[in-house]
Amino acid sequence: MSINAHKKDFPMLAGQPQLVYLDSGATSQTPQPVLDAMNDYYNTCNANIHRGVYQVSTEATKRYEATREKIAAFIGAQREELIFTSGATMSLNLLAYSLCSTLKQGDEVVTTLMEHHSNFVPWQQLAKQHGFTMRSIGVTPDGRLNMEEAAALISPATKIVTFTHMSNALGTINPAKELCALAHRVGAVAIVDGAQSIAHMQVDVKNMNCDFFVFSGHKMFGPKGIGCLYGKATLLKNMQPFLYGGDMISEVTTTDTCFNELPYKFEAGTPNIADAIGLGAAVDYIQSIGIKNVIQHEAVLTRYALDVLKNIPNITFYGPQNASQYAIISFNLKGIHAHDVATLLDREHIAVRAGHHCAMPFMTALGVHGTVRVSLSSYNTKEDIDKLHDALLKVQKIFK
Amino acid sequence: MDEELYREHILDHYKNPRNKGALSDYSFKHKEYNPLCGDVLELFLRVDEKNRVAETGFEGHGCAISQASASLLTEYIKGKTIDELKTLTTQDILDMLGVPINDARMKCAMLSLKTLEQGLYAFSQ
Ligand SMILES: Cc1ncc(COP(=O)(O)O)c(C=O)c1O
Repeated sequence: MSINAHKKDFPMLAGQPQLVYLDSGATSQTPQPVLDAMNDYYNTCNANIHRGVYQVSTEATKRYEATREKIAAFIGAQREELIFTSGATMSLNLLAYSLCSTLKQGDEVVTTLMEHHSNFVPWQQLAKQHGFTMRSIGVTPDGRLNMEEAAALISPATKIVTFTHMSNALGTINPAKELCALAHRVGAVAIVDGAQSIAHMQVDVKNMNCDFFVFSGHKMFGPKGIGCLYGKATLLKNMQPFLYGGDMISEVTTTDTCFNELPYKFEAGTPNIADAIGLGAAVDYIQSIGIKNVIQHEAVLTRYALDVLKNIPNITFYGPQNASQYAIISFNLKGIHAHDVATLLDREHIAVRAGHHCAMPFMTALGVHGTVRVSLSSYNTKEDIDKLHDALLKVQKIFK
Repeated sequence: MDEELYREHILDHYKNPRNKGALSDYSFKHKEYNPLCGDVLELFLRVDEKNRVAETGFEGHGCAISQASASLLTEYIKGKTIDELKTLTTQDILDMLGVPINDARMKCAMLSLKTLEQGLYAFSQ
């Protein structure tokens, strides 16, 4: 399938041809087949799952569980290792609350200064509650992780190493396999935040050898309000559930409860069935284009954008600007605040993000208050970048 | 493009902010953040014995709208009494800015007023 024609699959983009959408790092556009799959659930089998003996409930359960298998296979996991959550934030909080309950003073959790707040604040706050220490791996001036510091910080006191696979602020790709190995060397578990990488890379959790991997559906063409947590079955089995309620139990007496088997132990309450099914359709969609084609297209486009935008006077880029920066370009124009750039681009129908990108410690480490962020997806084109280039020159004219 | 929003006087106040800088002798200071954008504003006020604003200053960083708003407000309130300051409204700030502010930028525009109001509240306690 040719990738060029594929803006037409996205109703919002097809309906507004003047719109240049460059904020897929915040949320990606939703293709028609995903919308159809969700609608079809409500139209034909809108029932609760895992309970009904009647036919529409069985059909809903079948679709929900088939989706689980599909997504598990997509990342190289087993079905019982794939837990549905409301998104990456929920997955990270589930891990933080469940894993930290056994931590004590003297234990350490190692994260990085590059994290989205959702992989920073939970650990920071639980450290205050449980008395363990949180440490953060620093970054280089060009926005990569300082790997020497990583090797030094990850010590026998470390119980958890948690880091982003790909920075949402700069697009830096981190050496996940290497970091997981550093964690395992000291007997710690490794958590990988795949919220950004899942849309842009071929993820194989077994090859990466992470212990946990989290992501959101809405950054990979799926709907909002659904996401996943992958965990090694051996670890999940021994973990305390985070939410208690229906569906996650096998037997309840007045004094005690036996928890359900994996993955249901971690899925309390009626799940987000329609959105899970929609996420399954998003995986089908990605596979119909081919993840290799997506990667190829985005890699070319990232390089093109860097080359074209370089010609803008007084532009400063953040990030490595080589092959380890992917699908995201973060920059500032001298003397113009990022928000003003974004507001003016909006008047040209160009949607970009401006600010700290929910990564304030990272911005501080880079010595900026914020940046303009362009984030690409497979539906973006060179023409989008050319329009951005011209619009940025106009912004500078207004502020000159 | 939106020359409407970025009129000359807004850009002038952004590039040449009035009353920029901390006061060493102040009656009160207050700092507020715009969590959405990361904009920061710290306002300094010195009030004379007649309860009138004698001197103003501000520190911080942010977009043209939030900075121009702080610059304009710190000019406007000089010579006003504390009681007069307490009657300032959102509309007063919009009038000072004199450009159309959309929903997305309202928080930036109002950061100066929010900082003044919170500072006044603490000062009056
Ligand atoms: C790297 C990273 N981690 C976590 C998240 C949180 O995702 P969500 O808001 O979908 O829970 C994001 C979202 O921007 C992200 O980019």
